[in-house]
Amino acid sequence: MTSTKTEKLMTNNADSSKRRILVLFAHPSLDRSEVNQPLMQATRNVEGVTLVDLYGEYPDFQVNVDLEQQRLLEHQVVVFMHPLYWYSTPAILKEWQDLVLEYGFAYGSEGTALQGKVFFSALTAGGLEAAYCAKGYNHFTIRELLYPLEQTASLCGMVYLPPFALFDARNAVDEGRLDSHVADWVRVLTALRDGRLDLKAALGLPKLNSDLHAIVQEG
Amino acid sequence: MGGLLIQAFIYLCAAVIAVPIAKRLGLGSVLGYLIAGIIIGPVVGLVGSETQAIQHFAEFGVVMMLFLVGLELEPWMLWRMRNRLIGLGGLQVFVTAALITGICLLFDIYWSVALAVGLIFSLSSTAIVLQTLNEKGLSRTEGGRGSFSVLLFQDIAVIPMLALIPLLALPELSASGLENSTYNLNAEKHETFSLVAGLPAWGYTLVVLGSVALVVLGGHFLSRPLFRFIADSRLREIFTASALLLVIGIALLMTLVDLSPALGTFLAGVVLANSEFRHELESSIEPFKGLLLGLFFITVGAGIDFGILFGDFALLLGLTLGVILLKGAVLFGLALLFSLKPGDGWLFTLGLAQAGEFGFVLLSFSLQNSVIPSDLAKTLSLIVALSMLLTPALFILYEKIVLPRLNPEEQQEPDSIDEQGTVVIAGVGRFGQIVNRLLVASDVHTIVLDHEAAMVDTLRKLGIQSYYGDASRPDLLHAAGIESAEVFVVAIDDRERSVEMVGYVRRHYPHIRILARAFDVNHLYLLKQAGVDLAVREMFEGSLQTGAEVLKLLGMHPFKVEKMTWAFRHHDEVGLDHLYELWDENPDIARNRAFLARAKEHGESLRGMMESDRMQAHDQSERAWTPPPKGYADSFQAEGDTAGGPDSS
Repeated sequence: MTSTKTEKLMTNNADSSKRRILVLFAHPSLDRSEVNQPLMQATRNVEGVTLVDLYGEYPDFQVNVDLEQQRLLEHQVVVFMHPLYWYSTPAILKEWQDLVLEYGFAYGSEGTALQGKVFFSALTAGGLEAAYCAKGYNHFTIRELLYPLEQTASLCGMVYLPPFALFDARNAVDEGRLDSHVADWVRVLTALRDGRLDLKAALGLPKLNSDLHAIVQEG
Repeated sequence: MGGLLIQAFIYLCAAVIAVPIAKRLGLGSVLGYLIAGIIIGPVVGLVGSETQAIQHFAEFGVVMMLFLVGLELEPWMLWRMRNRLIGLGGLQVFVTAALITGICLLFDIYWSVALAVGLIFSLSSTAIVLQTLNEKGLSRTEGGRGSFSVLLFQDIAVIPMLALIPLLALPELSASGLENSTYNLNAEKHETFSLVAGLPAWGYTLVVLGSVALVVLGGHFLSRPLFRFIADSRLREIFTASALLLVIGIALLMTLVDLSPALGTFLAGVVLANSEFRHELESSIEPFKGLLLGLFFITVGAGIDFGILFGDFALLLGLTLGVILLKGAVLFGLALLFSLKPGDGWLFTLGLAQAGEFGFVLLSFSLQNSVIPSDLAKTLSLIVALSMLLTPALFILYEKIVLPRLNPEEQQEPDSIDEQGTVVIAGVGRFGQIVNRLLVASDVHTIVLDHEAAMVDTLRKLGIQSYYGDASRPDLLHAAGIESAEVFVVAIDDRERSVEMVGYVRRHYPHIRILARAFDVNHLYLLKQAGVDLAVREMFEGSLQTGAEVLKLLGMHPFKVEKMTWAFRHHDEVGLDHLYELWDENPDIARNRAFLARAKEHGESLRGMMESDRMQAHDQSERAWTPPPKGYADSFQAEGDTAGGPDSS
């Protein structure tokens, strides 16, 4: 992260106009989803947020590059919302990256379309949070596992935030953790939209929802 | 002859004028017929005592109606509705009949008369309520479904009631009242020929069982080959004639063995409910039933005695309101018992509180069988008619008073959808079959229509629910339930008729989404013009796939071939829309120069697209996965000691 970028992001923050948020949602088996489905519904209801169901829009993986680039241009925040599949995104989000983040658009000497936009993942993971560390069976933290995304954002000149993550997601409903997670998510979205989320404080966190009180100013 | 024509003219004229007006006013067709009858009978005096003879003839409409009710009763549907049907419907009929009988007994009315009155008022008006629910879009609500279950139970309950009523005959009425009764139809009965007269009891039982078995087994085994034989003749009027023959034949057989013709035709209907000819039979019988029932209601209206009406208007109105209140109270109790939500409960209560057309049928039947004295019958008939007249007012009460007072949240709560919207597929040859198989495999309820009886037969053997009939006929589409379908698929192999079909359904059922099979581009445009939502060229995907296989055989990498076909499909789609602007209906497309020029231009652009792709330029056709130019990474500036960038080699 360069200092100029951080400055730019702070001026954005001060801007009174609201940020528009693009949530690219990917779940290949929506009818069996317990967490992502309600998260998606909640996202749909937040004003100023555009939700794109990628598997719904491109069931044959033929991503419309022009349309997706246009969407990127119209938003200031880009979110990948998905379950964690093999320490990465479901296939269509990789396809989306391969097709939409073109040379000359997203990177390269003339590819500046994404500069300064905020990017992060909102993901659900099956393992316990404790497993995501050097001594756990997953050996890496969630941030480390997402380095390819972080670096992609970096090459495109975007501001990368840590993932908004739910661990042990298969048991979240049974243990009654779903509602608070959804509420936290809506809180983060609205704060981002209204410029009430302290991006600078969030940059170095292990996950975006580590301590919302520290980064969200209540409006 | 002249007399007959004059009579027919008067009746038809009254119906044609009164019914549409009544419908427009939201009163429903039954009331329209009644009003027509009142006008030509007691008001203007155009018709007189001959109405009674006509009424006897018109009652055959009821027999037909029960045949149609039977046709609608598929066993699986009955099974699914069993709780409501027996719980809601059964309780409604028994409790209402029992209460009214009890009240009559309190007024010292003889028990058999009281029971007949109870049965008459336990029924509601299927014709008015179902039509109103459909018109107001309430038939899919919980209240609507509950109402339907009750009405269905009542329609079925009419059959045992018709069997019971003759047993209630009053000896003094049949002895002395016969000569002065104007409804003297029993006299005819004595003259009719009977197969069972003079048989001992065991012989009678055998003959009755034998006739019922004949209807069931004949309907099951004989009707199909017979109807297929007739269907293959492709003569529509002969199919109609055979449908009528079936109904009349069964009615005749039942009369010969002293059983209720309504019971016989109802049974036949149930037996044929699973048959592929169901919808065709429905659409053949429906107009006769409608006309005859209409005629029946006209005769009821014509028979209304204004002397009684104005003589005791207050009393009659009081009795009518009393009946409505009592029926409403029973219904309200049932709604609570079956825990319907308040909105649905009120709809159920107010919607079914009237007496119905079957009340008239039971009344005239009771009169013929000397169960009820004729002056009482006239009063009762007035109460039934008045309560039906008040039905629209009850619905208005529901909409204007009840609905606004309900908790708005409850109103908005969507009804639980326990059945998916149906799909009607017209034509089930090579094309429609695959469409149907995919839908059925995905648990979508489909109704399949085809005009090849042999094809339908084969499909049925494969377990596909299909019906014989010409799907380009509006009445058949109606019988197949096009109103409640969500999607209509036109897969027939006849160009003109498929365009007509799309146009017809688009005009009459604007809410239905229509998909059609197109033969070629010209046909596709014709379908588009007729209002199709999506037309699919039947050959396109197969041909494209074949072309792709050729490319693969020639050694092109399969994924490259895949990308080529994607690009081709996309280019073709854009071109189709583009060319549509210049297209006209002229079948001689060769004379439309602008169209030809653009078609040529379009073909060339495809070639250009594919060529530029071969040169690996950054273009539209294969934009996906185009690598960045050589040396592109030189411009990246590393913050530390490593350079970044996607590895694209």
